[in-house]
Order: sequence, then C-alpha cells, then structure tokens
Amino acid sequence: MTKRLSKRDVLKGAGALGLSAFAVRVAAAPAAEAVTPVLIEAAKKEGKVSFYTAMDLQFAERLGQAFEAKFPGIGVRVERSGAERVFTRINQEYSSNIRAVDVVNTSDQAHCIIWKQNGWIVPYLPEEVVKHFDKRYYDPEGLNVTTRILISPIAYNTNLVKKEDAPKSFKALLDPKWKGKLVKAHPAYSGTIMNSTFQVARDLGWDYFVKLAAQNVMQVQSATDTPKRIALGERAVMVDGAGYLVIRNKEAGQPVEIIYPEEGTPLATGPSAVFKAAPNPNAARLFQNWMHSREAQQMIVDSARQYSSHNQTVEKPGVRKLADIKLMKEDPEGVLTQADAVKKRYAEIFKV
Amino acid sequence: MTIAIPATSAPRKFGIDVSKPVLYGSAAILCVLIVLPLSWLFLYSLTDAKGTPTLANFYRLFSETAFLEPLITTFVIATSSAVICCAVAAPMGWLVARTDLPFSGVIRALVTASFVTPPFLGAIAWELLAAPNSGLLNKIFRAVTGAEQDSHLFNIYTIQGIIFVISCYTFPYVFVLVANSLDRTPGELEDASSILGGGRWYTARRITIPLVLPALLAGALVAFLQAMTLFGSPAILALPAGFHTMTTKIWSLFQYPPKPELAAAASLPLLILTIFLLRAEHMILGRRGYSVVGGKYGAPRLIPLHRLRWVAFIVCLLVLMLPVFLPYAALFNAAFSPVATTFLTFKNATMHNIHFVLYDLSAASLAFKNTVILGTATATIGTIIAVIIAYVTARQAVKGHRVLGFLATAPIAIPGIVLGVGLFLSYTRPPFVLYGTLWILLIAFVTIALPSAYQQLQAAFRTIHPELEDASRILGATRLRSLWEITAPLLRTGVIATWCFIFVGVMRELSAAIILFTSETKVISVLIYDLNESGDLGAISVIGIGMLIITFSVVIAVNRIPGFGNVRFRN
Repeated sequence: MTKRLSKRDVLKGAGALGLSAFAVRVAAAPAAEAVTPVLIEAAKKEGKVSFYTAMDLQFAERLGQAFEAKFPGIGVRVERSGAERVFTRINQEYSSNIRAVDVVNTSDQAHCIIWKQNGWIVPYLPEEVVKHFDKRYYDPEGLNVTTRILISPIAYNTNLVKKEDAPKSFKALLDPKWKGKLVKAHPAYSGTIMNSTFQVARDLGWDYFVKLAAQNVMQVQSATDTPKRIALGERAVMVDGAGYLVIRNKEAGQPVEIIYPEEGTPLATGPSAVFKAAPNPNAARLFQNWMHSREAQQMIVDSARQYSSHNQTVEKPGVRKLADIKLMKEDPEGVLTQADAVKKRYAEIFKV
Repeated sequence: MTIAIPATSAPRKFGIDVSKPVLYGSAAILCVLIVLPLSWLFLYSLTDAKGTPTLANFYRLFSETAFLEPLITTFVIATSSAVICCAVAAPMGWLVARTDLPFSGVIRALVTASFVTPPFLGAIAWELLAAPNSGLLNKIFRAVTGAEQDSHLFNIYTIQGIIFVISCYTFPYVFVLVANSLDRTPGELEDASSILGGGRWYTARRITIPLVLPALLAGALVAFLQAMTLFGSPAILALPAGFHTMTTKIWSLFQYPPKPELAAAASLPLLILTIFLLRAEHMILGRRGYSVVGGKYGAPRLIPLHRLRWVAFIVCLLVLMLPVFLPYAALFNAAFSPVATTFLTFKNATMHNIHFVLYDLSAASLAFKNTVILGTATATIGTIIAVIIAYVTARQAVKGHRVLGFLATAPIAIPGIVLGVGLFLSYTRPPFVLYGTLWILLIAFVTIALPSAYQQLQAAFRTIHPELEDASRILGATRLRSLWEITAPLLRTGVIATWCFIFVGVMRELSAAIILFTSETKVISVLIYDLNESGDLGAISVIGIGMLIITFSVVIAVNRIPGFGNVRFRN
C-alpha cells in the first residue's frame, strides 16, 4: 500500500511539472491508473468491496455480479438507498469514526464537493477515464468520475392516459384534469430529485411547485419509486423520477411512456469516488477502475438504460440520444449552497 | 460483601449468598441501560448545536407548524387506534374466553399470527391491497361494479387508512389483556349473581364487564402508546398521504445536516406524555383493586350463544381477515406475480423475486444473519435479566427490590425512536463507542423488551407457591440450588413464552433500528424499509414471507427444547 502510494506520488509530481505551464488548478492531476496484476492480487486478498450507491438496486447488484465474475473472489456488497440518504449515512458513520464505505456512487454532484472539502475522498483516475471521458466528466484532481448520466423526465401510464392527452410540459401538469393523478419523488431522499427540483424551481420559479402542490400530488421518497408507481397504475403521470427505469419498464412490456418536457428535462450526473479511509483500499480502486471501463459502461447503457460518459460505448436503440434532448442545466455549486433551503421550502409547500 | 455476618444470625443463608451482588449488579445494568440515554437526550434538548444551554429547541418545537401539525396528527392517530382496538378486541376477547364460541383456539392462533406480523410489513401489504388505483381490493371493486377508472373503495394513503393499519397490528395487545383477564375471573362471582336472580346478560353487564374494565383500560393505554410511538406504518404510508407523524418527523431530523438537538427536543413530548399516561393508569387502577382476587376459583362459566355461535365465529374470522388473511394473500401474490399488484395466475407466475432475493440481493444474507443473532441474543439476555429481577421482586429476596422492579418497568415509558435517539447520542462518543456494532442494537432491543418480559415473568413467579422453595431451603439447599431445582422446572413455560415474545419483538422492531443501524449492522426490518423506499415490493414480499417462516420455526423449535430440569421434575 505505502509502496504503491509513494510510486504514485512520484508520478503525480512528474505530471504536475508537465502540466503546470498551462493549468493552475489542475496542477495535482494524478496519473492514469491501469489495472495491474499487483492491484488485482491485493484486492483479492481483501476479498470484498463495500459499494454505497443510489443507483437502482437491480442494476447495482447486476453490476456487482459482473465485477465478481470478472474478478472471482472479490464480493461486492451493495448498500443502496436514495442519494441524500447515502450522503446522510456516510456523514453519520464518519462523524462516529466508522469507516465502512469503500466506493460511493451518488446522483448528486454536490456531495462530492463536500466530501472533497472534508478530505474524505482520494484522487484516483482510471486509465480509461483519462483516455475516453470528456474532461467535464471527471474532477481535474481525479477525486471523482461521472459514472452515469441520468435524466428526470415526465412519464405516464399508457393504459390510463391516451397518447394525445399526455402532458407535454411541466406547465401542462397544472391542468385541473391531472388533480389526484400525479406522483412525485422527494428531494430530501433522492439526489436526482434534489437536482431536478432545484432546476425546475430555478427555471420555472417556486410558484410552479406551489401550484403543483394544489394538484393533490402523491409523494414518494425515491426517484426509482415513481416509475414503479405509474407502472402499477397507482398514478397516471410521474412528475419526476428515474427516466431510465421508465425505459426499462417499457422494454419489459409494461404500459409506460416517457415525455421530455418542453421546458427542458432535468439532468443529474452520478459521480463515483473512492474513500481515503476505505477498509478495502485496493478492491475499492479495482472496482472504481473497472466501473469506468468500456465493459461496465456498456452495461450502464444496455442494462441500466442510462447514458454513459465513456466515448466508446455504443448507443442502444429505443431511447432518445442525450444530444437530442433539451436539457436543463445542472449546477452542483448551486445545489451545494441551496440544498437545505430547497428541502425546507419543499417541506413547506408539500407538507412532507 | 464487606461486612461478615455471623451464620447464626442469618439462618436462611447457607453457602455463598449472591443476592446482594445480583441486586447491585442488576440495578447498575438497568441504570446504564435507561439513565444514560435519557440523560443525553435531556442534555441535547437543552443545548444548541455548539453546546450552549438554550430553550430555543423547545421554542421552535412549539412555534413552528412543521412540528405542531405532526404532534396533533400523532395524537389523533393514537386516540382513534386505541378506541378501535378496544371496540374490536374486547368483544372478541370476551367471545373467546367466556362463550362457547366454536374453534376459539383457532381465533387465538390467528390473533397471535397478527401479533407476529411486523406492523411495517402489514402496512406494505395493505398498500398492495388498498392503494386507491393499483390496490387489489379496489381493482376487484371496479371489476365487480364496473366503476370508472378513477373511483376507489379504499384509500390507504389517508389518515383513516393509517389508523386502520395501525389498529390491525395493535389490537392483539388489547385482546390478550382482556382475554387473559377474563380467563382468570372467578366463575363464583357470576354464579352468585345467577343464584340471586340475575340473567346471563345482566350478569355479564353488572359483574363480568366491571371485572374486566381494568384490563380494558390497560389495553387501551398500551394501544395508545403503541400507535403513538410506531414508526414503520407511518413512515410507509404517511409520506404518500402527505403528512408527518412525530416519529417520522424525528427521523427526518437526522437527514443531512443532522439536527440531533431538535430530534432530542421533539422526543421529549412523546416521553412525557407516556409517563403521564402510565401514572394516570396507575392512579385509576390503584383505587380499583378488585381485579386481584385471591384463592382458588372455579372454571369460568361459558355463556351459550346458541344459534349465534356460528355467526359470532364467522364475524371473528371476517375481522381477522384484515390483519392476517388478506395481507398474506397480497404478499404471496406480489412474491410470485410479475408486477406487484397484478393478479397471480398459473400463466404469469414467476420465480424472479425469489431468485433476486436469494442470489442477487447482496445485503440480504447479512441482514438475515444479523437479525437472527440479535433476536437470539436479545431473547436470551433479556429473559435472563427479567428472570433475575422478577425473582428478586416476586420473592422480595433483598431490600430495595422495588427499585429494581421500577427500573425494569421504566423503559415502557420510552418510545423506541426516542430510545434510539438517546442511544445514538450516548454511544457515538467515548468511553462507549458502540455505534456501528451489533451491541448498540442489542442494548436497544433488550431495553425495549425488558418491561413486558419482566411483567410476564413476575406473573409467572406469582403462580408458583414459595412454600416449595422454602421446603427446599429448609432441607439445606442454597437459594440458587432451590431456584435451579425447584423453581426453574416450574417456570419453564413462562420462560419459553417470554423468550419467544422477545424474539418476535426483535423481528417487529424498526423504530430504534432505523436510527442505530449502519451498513454492517443492518437488520431485516431496515432492509425491508430500504426496499420500500425504492418500491421493490416483490422483493419485500419474499423477504417478509421468509421472515415469518424464520419466526415461526424459531418459536416452534424453542417450544420443543427439552427444558432445563423438567425431566427431573417429572421423576
């Protein structure tokens, strides 16, 4: 461990020298890390990796199993809950000196900013990230990498709503005919929803949510729950939630359809990071490295039905390309400073 | 034992007398268990985030509607649930204990089944049944009546829905208290009334009902406290319904950035109300001592119901459909059907959920392991502590036994979530850093289980005549030996019942666990709660059914253990 670190420190120094001419903030960019036999051996000795994530449980477990198949002897334990709850949990554990998390994947970029400020996460840039990821998809200091890109569109149940009657925009949801027919997830539990609520409130104003609350909206916690509620037919239309699950449910034959709202579709990118005090530091690095390989990233596209930041992944038909969607602008710094105000305002408006 | 007492002055003491160390040891354990978390709770509620003394937390609590509304909602839910529980459980308890109701054993077993069902699992099952649009019952209603897509018969996401679900899994407490009390009521009093010319119904009204009133009052109180302090059902149903209760509000205060000082302040009204109600009950019952009648009684008189027998039986079954048959049918349906609320047919049946839980869900095996370890350990340790304290107080073995009895009953006044907050504040700092280990959950579960375990065992001790022990001690046995050879075999049933009761309690517990768990110490109840967050209802159904199978097999297995010393007893 110490040996490996010192070697990297040397490389880091060399890199800094080379880059310092034209980059000030990026001075400490670490060298790209390959999957070496030494790393695999060390990871196997640890035998497990603890993966805290906000991605939907089915896919997270599938990703874990694919990793185990590739590197037998290293078990992945998935600890899934909404991103805001993952964040709360890590905070609670770290403030009690419990170091259980190895790798985290959240859906709220603001979390990484706080972990970075706390000095909890460690720079680690997988080789393929440096080669194949656009620079906006990883931290210049290598502290986190965007594993998946997800959107929070509107969606509806096609048995309950005819295609021509489906709402085309957020504004359309204020029509009295949707009263009692909407389901929405909660920003205090879900990172995707924290971002989408922030973006909608910024672009349409909080007044929009005040009017929406009068529509008797069913409130659930997770962005992964709203797609299931419309698939069950419990509510006709979801205001926000994991778009990728709507696509997956549709492909599984369930009566659901996605709508990209006219005002723009809220965007949330899901970064991953390795913790400095990870109990399984080598397995953590191996997992972080593999999760951003072409193989795992293609799984993000093919089975998670999310968007990948790896430029060699192949699009799978049946879903609109990210470039073709009018997106709302993601603003991690804004979420960082206003998350608490968003939660408070939201609770006042929706009473929960 | 610093003072040596001459053997002659204490003829009852032979060999090593462990009474005093036992007393002080137990008292110390209980103090740590109860006093430590409560002190931190008080301290936090009276300080701000920086540790300066302040009353600002309480000011916020009683001035912001965000706190006042949940307080009122909680009160409404608890009162209504208590009333419903009494209205349903008291007549049913009477039917089972005092009339010739057919298959009364079956009714008792079904009540036990609803007790064993964790309230949060029941809430999820009722979501499957009575969600306004996707609920199975509403689907049937629309299919039968041809009603429109939007219309529904039931809506579980309302305050009425929550009251209903809470009542479903709280009424067993009232039932058991009332039925037991009626089982014990002497038949002679009713005979006397009959001889003096009172008709059956007159006797029931003037003799039986007044006799059972204290039990009913106690039952109402237990139901109120249960409904007030429950976390699982409101956490699952209240958010979609659009309101908070006190317990869900306290939990939400742990969201980032955590506000433990507000959580502590919000816990105190629950604590104070509980203590107040327990005192009130004590004052009311204290004056009416007639429920405790000495001597040996005749068997209770069974009132013949004649033609109404079967009607009564069917009514009981219909009532028990609500907490038992319907929810389990819904869970079974969700476990095997492709979408949780699609009706299961032979064609669409799938093993997908079972496969997912058994092979894919990496957190499941750890949660099952933790739960079984905690259940077994809590039940064993809790029973041992309760036996010791019950013995000491029932036999008045040492001076100061009353204090022990009080300390053992005190946790009943601490709602699970309040205890969770208190323990979190106590054991996340030196010298006791237990957060992150199973120990903190063990402490929480033992503390929660202690009052009822103690009361059960104390009742069991009272049924055993001290003369048997005295005879043994006169013949030269030490207190411990007579306890082991005489009392223990006689207590076997009571001890096993208590053990099972605690084990079931651990399975049901979510309110303290949700505050105290970490990823390494997750239990099944928390796993189910997490799965509910993301709407994985099929997986929940499989785990819920698995959990019940485990509970039942453990309870049956423990009852089959050839008990300590009972073979010798038969000889």
